[in-house]
Amino acid sequence: MKSSLFRPLKALAFLGREPVTLPMEPRPAAPQYRGFHLNDWEACIGCGTCEKICDNAAIRMVEFPDLADDPLKGIKPRRPAIDYGRCCWCALCVDICPTGSIALSREYVHVDADLNTFFILPDEQGIHGEGFAKGWAKSDDADLLDHHRQPMAEAGADERIADFREIVEGYDDQRAVIEASRCIQCGMCHDACPAHMHAPEYIRALWNGDIEEAVRQIYRTNPLPSVCGRICTHRCETACSMHHRGDPIAIRWLKRYAMDQADRGLVQRIAEQGQVGEASGRRVAIIGSGPGGLTAAYDLARAGHAVTIFEAQPEPGGMMRYGIPEYRLPYDKLDEDIQVIRDLGVEIRCNTRVGKEITLDSLKQEYDGVVLAIGLHLGRSTRIPGSEHPQVFSAVDLLARITRGEGFPLPQDAVVIGGGNVAMDIARSVARMQHAEYGRVGVTLTALEKRDQMLADEEEIREAEEEGVCIFPGRGPQHCVVDADRLTGLKTVACLSIFDEQGRFHPKYDETDEMVFQGDMVIEAIGQMPDLSMLDEQLNERLKWAGRRIAVDADGHTSEPWLWAVGDLVQGPDVIHAIADGHRAADSVHKALMGSTAQP
Amino acid sequence: MRPENYKPVKHPPSEEYDLYFGPNHPGIEGNYALKVRLSGDEVQHVRADGGYLHRGFEKLMEERLWIQNIALVPRICVPDPVPMEETYSRAVEILGQIEVPERAQWIRTLCLEMSRVTAHLFYFGGHAATMGMYSNMFWGVSDRDRVLDLFEELTGARVYHMYTTPGGVRRDIPEGFLQRLSETLDYLETRLPEFDDLFFANPVVENRARGAGPMSPEQALEWGVTGPNLRACGLPFDLRRDDPYLVYDQLEFDIPTRSEGDAYARTMVRREELIQSIYILRQVIARLPSVKGPIRAPLPNPLAWNLPHGDAYTRTESSKGELGFFVVSNGGTRPWRVHVRGPSQMHAVQVLEQITVGQRLEDVAQIMFSLDACPPEVDR
Repeated sequence: MKSSLFRPLKALAFLGREPVTLPMEPRPAAPQYRGFHLNDWEACIGCGTCEKICDNAAIRMVEFPDLADDPLKGIKPRRPAIDYGRCCWCALCVDICPTGSIALSREYVHVDADLNTFFILPDEQGIHGEGFAKGWAKSDDADLLDHHRQPMAEAGADERIADFREIVEGYDDQRAVIEASRCIQCGMCHDACPAHMHAPEYIRALWNGDIEEAVRQIYRTNPLPSVCGRICTHRCETACSMHHRGDPIAIRWLKRYAMDQADRGLVQRIAEQGQVGEASGRRVAIIGSGPGGLTAAYDLARAGHAVTIFEAQPEPGGMMRYGIPEYRLPYDKLDEDIQVIRDLGVEIRCNTRVGKEITLDSLKQEYDGVVLAIGLHLGRSTRIPGSEHPQVFSAVDLLARITRGEGFPLPQDAVVIGGGNVAMDIARSVARMQHAEYGRVGVTLTALEKRDQMLADEEEIREAEEEGVCIFPGRGPQHCVVDADRLTGLKTVACLSIFDEQGRFHPKYDETDEMVFQGDMVIEAIGQMPDLSMLDEQLNERLKWAGRRIAVDADGHTSEPWLWAVGDLVQGPDVIHAIADGHRAADSVHKALMGSTAQP
Repeated sequence: MRPENYKPVKHPPSEEYDLYFGPNHPGIEGNYALKVRLSGDEVQHVRADGGYLHRGFEKLMEERLWIQNIALVPRICVPDPVPMEETYSRAVEILGQIEVPERAQWIRTLCLEMSRVTAHLFYFGGHAATMGMYSNMFWGVSDRDRVLDLFEELTGARVYHMYTTPGGVRRDIPEGFLQRLSETLDYLETRLPEFDDLFFANPVVENRARGAGPMSPEQALEWGVTGPNLRACGLPFDLRRDDPYLVYDQLEFDIPTRSEGDAYARTMVRREELIQSIYILRQVIARLPSVKGPIRAPLPNPLAWNLPHGDAYTRTESSKGELGFFVVSNGGTRPWRVHVRGPSQMHAVQVLEQITVGQRLEDVAQIMFSLDACPPEVDR
C-alpha cells in the first residue's frame, strides 16, 4: 500500500461514527432463542422423556404428591426440574417432548450469588416469573418423535363379511420394529395396565429384534398373551404418552407380533422358567376356565400346587371362546395359550358344571382352596313387553351357540338392543351368517346412548357399519311387536337422557318420536350376570355381599376362608382385569396355603 | 572415585534459558502453552504443552445417543463450531444411509460459510492482538458479533448452535433472515477497506508478519498441514472443491493462495477467503428461496435409534483446515468409537514446534495465532 502524508487524517472520518463497542444493557433475544425453560404444568404429563434425552443429566423429575395422578389417562404427578449448572441449552428436551409442554424462553439473564437459584422448576412464567415469551418451542417439521402409527393390514368389509376368518393380519417384521422403535419408554402403559404388563421392556426387546426376551417380558405378567394381543381393551394405548400429539404405540399389536413370531417350544420353556420343581402337596380347585381362572391356575401351578379347573362348557376359555367371535380371536390362538398352562400341569375338566356334576361342597372337602372364576354367562333382559317371546334371545346365549356349532333359526332380519362390544359381536356374527345363508345382511342395532357415547370400541362400531349393520343410537326399546304370536319387530322411542341428576339409571324418552324396526328376531345385549346357582342356601347366607356381587378383599378373598372369587364375577369388565385379578387371588391362595413359609 | 554409571549433568549454555509461554496469552484461542528455550530473544527450541482443555470428547461421545452428540460436538472448537456438527452429522448419515433433503443441504452450506466468516473475523482480531493492535481486535470481535446475531436468529444460540442434526437441520430459516444476512454482508464489505487501512495494509503488520514462521510447501505436506495454512504455501487444495460435500459443487468460488508460507501469507489468504465466503453466501441467498421441501429427513426415535454396524470417515473444510470424523457403530444406540481428526492438532504441535525455532520471542504469539489453531480441538 502507498503511504501518504495525509493518511493519518483518514481517522477524522471516524469522528461522526457510532462507536463499535457493544451495548451493556440486555437486549431482547431472537424469536427462537434458547433461553431458560418454560413448562406448561397443565399439559405436562410427567413422562420424563426430557430427562431421558438430556445429555448432561440436567433434568431431574421431581415428585409432587398433590398433583393429579391419573395412570389411566397417562399422567404422573411429577414435573421436570432443571439444573442450570449442567444445562447446555441444546433444547433436545423441547424437540422430543411428546406433549409439547416444554419450551425455551427468550429470557437469558440470571445473576445470583446463591447457587440454589440455579435449580428451577420451570413453569409458564419462567425463571423470574416475568412471563418472557417462548423462544425455541415445538416445531412440527423437526419433531424428534414419529407421531404416526405403522398401518395395520386388515381385511376389507367385503372380505370380512364372507366368513369368520380373523380380520387383522398382524405386523410383518419391518413394521413391527419401526412401530416398536417409536416408543419413548416412559412406562405410562405399565401403570395403566390392570396387570401392569412390562410393555416398555418387551417393546424395547422387539426393537432390538429379540423375540425371546419380548416373550419373557410378556410372560412375567400375562399367561394369555395371544389373546390379549388381539382383543385386549388396551388401556395402555389410551395412557400412552404418544397419544397426546399423535397415534399411541400399537402396544397390543406388538404383543401379538411377539407371540405370533415365537416358537411354541420357546414359549413353553419361558413359561416353565422359575416353576417350583417340588410339589407343595396342596390342591386347588378353580371353577371356570376364563382368563381369571386360567391366570390363577398358571400362577398356582408355577408355585407347585396341584390345580384342577372345572369347566361347564365342552372346551376351556370361558367368554374368550364362548363370547368373543372367532373373527376377533381365532380359537387356535386361544388354544395355544391354554396349552402352555396345561403343560405346566394344570388339569382342566370340561363338561363339568359345578352344582350339577359335582357340588361346591365336595370341592371344599377335597381341595385346600377354591377359586370362583365363573364370569357372567347369563344375559340380562330388558323385560319390555314381548321380551318373553321365544324369538327374543340374549346375545351371550347366541354367541355361545355359534361357538358350540349349535344351530338356531337364523333370522332374515334381526334387531339387536345394546351399544356395547357384546352387541357389536352378535350383530356382526349374525351379519356374517346371514351373508352366507341369504346373501344379504339384515341387522339393525339400537342403543340408548348417543353415537359418541356408545360403550363399544370405535373401531367395532365403524367396522359393524361397514359390514352392513344399521346402527340407530339414542333410542330406547318400548316393546317387541308381536303379531298373532309371530315376532315382527321392535318399537323404540327417542332417548333424551339415560341417567338422572344423581347419576342413577333413569332414561327419559320422547314418546312422540317413535320408530319400529322390522325383524323376526330380537337380540338383547344389555349386560350379563353370573349364574350363581351352585351356591347353596347356607353358603349364600354366610357369604358377605357387596350389592349383588360377592364381597371380596383386595386379593379376591371372600368372607369364607377357603373361597376366592375373581374376574367379571367381582369386577369387570375385560380379559386384562380378570388376569390381574387372577394374579392377586393366586398370590393370596398361595400365602393362605403355605402359611408363613410362603415365598412370594 | 566416581561410580561407573555416573553421567555428568548436562547444563545448557549459560546464555540460554527456558520460558514457560502460556497457558494464558493472546497467542491462541484458548489455553495452550509452549516450553520455549531462548538464547537472548531468539527461540532455540520449542515443546508444545497442551492438555489444559482436555475434556475427553471422543470418550464422552461413546456414552451418548447418536442425537445427543450434536450438543457435544460444537464444543470441540469454540470459534468455528458448525463444521463439527456438519462433519459428525454427515458420518451418522452415511452410517444410517440417510439422505439429506436439498433445502437442508443449502441451509447447512449457509451455516458453514457464516461460521467461516465469524472464524476469520475472530482471527483478524486475534492476529492483530498478538502484535498489540487492540483496535483491530475490537473491530474483529464486534463485526463477528453481527454474524453471531444472525446465528442467534437462525439457530437460537450465538456460539454453540447445535443446529445441524443428522438428516438435516433443526429449524427452517426465519422470515426475512436472508435479507438481514444480505445486509450484514454488505456491511462487512464496507468494513474491509477499513480493516485494510488498520491492519492488512498497515506497514507495521507487514514488517512484523512477513517472514515470521515460514514453511515450504514440502514441509507443509510432510507435517500434515491443511486449510488456509497449506494454501498460504501455494498449494491450492480445498475440500470444498476437491472432495465436495453438500452443495459446494453447485457454487462458484476461487481458492486463494499465496506463495510465501509465512504469517503474513496466512493472514492474507484468510482475508481473501472472507471475500470468497461472502461471495458464496450471496449465491446461497439467491438460490435458497427457490429450494423447497423438508428441512430434515425423517429420523427414528432418538432413544431407539440403532445405527447399523460399520464405520464412516467424513471430512469438511473448516476455517482451520481439514476436519475429519471417524465414527464406528457396532449396531447400537451410541457410537462405539469416535475419532476426531482436527486440523489444529497438526498445526499447534508438530508445525509450531518446527517453525518457531529461530524466530524472536515477540513473534512467537503471532506465529501461533497465524496458524489459527484451536486448543480445545487439539486436546479434545
